[in-house]
Amino acid sequence: MEFNVNHPIIFIIVGAIIALVLGQSVFFLVRACKRAKELGISKQTVKKTISSAAVFTIAPAVAVLVGVVALSKSLGVALPWLRLSVIGSITYETVAAGNALEAAGMSAGTTITDPSIFITIAWVMTIGIAAGLVFVPFLTKKIQGGLTKVGMKDKKWGEVFNNAMFLGMISAFLGYVFCDVGLIVKGDTSGLIPVCVMATSAVFMAICGTIATKAKIRWLTDYALPMSLIIGMASAIPYTTWLGGAV
Amino acid sequence: MKKNMTYMESVHHYGRIWGIIVGLVLLSFPLILSLIFSTMPNFDVLLKGVVATAPMYWAVGIVEIFTYVPMLGAGGTYLSFITGNISNLKLPCAIDAMERAGVKATDEEGEVISTISIAVSSIVTTLIIIVGVICIVPLTPVLESPILEPAFDMILPALFGGLAVVFISKNLKLSIAPIILMLALFIFVPALNASTVGIMVPVGVIFTVITARILYKKGLL
Repeated sequence: MEFNVNHPIIFIIVGAIIALVLGQSVFFLVRACKRAKELGISKQTVKKTISSAAVFTIAPAVAVLVGVVALSKSLGVALPWLRLSVIGSITYETVAAGNALEAAGMSAGTTITDPSIFITIAWVMTIGIAAGLVFVPFLTKKIQGGLTKVGMKDKKWGEVFNNAMFLGMISAFLGYVFCDVGLIVKGDTSGLIPVCVMATSAVFMAICGTIATKAKIRWLTDYALPMSLIIGMASAIPYTTWLGGAV
Repeated sequence: MKKNMTYMESVHHYGRIWGIIVGLVLLSFPLILSLIFSTMPNFDVLLKGVVATAPMYWAVGIVEIFTYVPMLGAGGTYLSFITGNISNLKLPCAIDAMERAGVKATDEEGEVISTISIAVSSIVTTLIIIVGVICIVPLTPVLESPILEPAFDMILPALFGGLAVVFISKNLKLSIAPIILMLALFIFVPALNASTVGIMVPVGVIFTVITARILYKKGLL
């Protein structure tokens, strides 16, 4: 069959794989909803979890779409569509595709015409991130088993442990927000952009929280995070104009 | 056997089956391409590409399993390690959902809420990408517009700013040490940046859990 990066057959295969992955999510969603009912979790809580998760996902998902567009120049639409719908992330897929293109002596942006190079890139992108695929089915139960015991022995510590994990992760990303502030000494203020964006989003979230508790507006709590995410992202536009984009 | 499994056992049972099936399908995708276009990959380029990519991402991937399983719960893990975008989408989504529902990731209630939020997030992401792929021609100029570019670049700071407020305000004492440590590391170690933040997540988690244990034992929490 004659090759081109946007050959319909590639779209059909990718579509079938994505349908399978979608099937997995639906399968787990239905079972978790059934179990929620058995556990006595209120219908309202389940509904709110669903609607706010959906709203929260919109902005990050559009950002993923930006990645598909960026990669489609050299790889066509079908391969980035698959790669960004399953494992990995925009950063990973861009790096993996870039490494493979570089190894092939090609620059990003030129459309691939050689099927062998295209297949090679597909392999590199697949193998590079496969650790999770290979190990998750075998490790998850063991790791979880150990943890449930921790929570069972001492309820209060279980709760502290839970919060400590999340805080640890959040603190790493807060640190990352400040990674370029050191550039100020060189007269480059662009390192402050992420700091300002984070502060804007944080302040908005704090205001939402205060209003929601004082005025008892439940829906505000449910959508506070997606709203502060969008406000933060939008604020990046004037901050970048003001503090200068990364050159 | 299905009848007398507990919910948790069944999550692991089906999680493994789905994980293995989807994993095999994903790994066979490049192979299917080879058969259809009757072309072999270029092994020289393949080796170079894999050597440049795999060692770091496999190391991070394995560490991520140990770090994220306790936070995502079992169902959430089986789903997110297939659908990806964990730290920038699935995990914040699940954390927010569990926080609002007042449940812990290590309890069954937390497991259920986390699974629901991650499943919904995965489905919505997949659907948005499908719509985007269908409308890629009219959407490209919008998505690539230089005006919007800074907004898409700043998704992580915008996301973690909001999330941090919730957790820091609830755990003020516990958050001081890890935040100071991470700020110092990221500001003064030039090697720490966007591509290495993944490695610092487990460091932050382990450090905070140890700090929490010490404070808890001393009765300060």
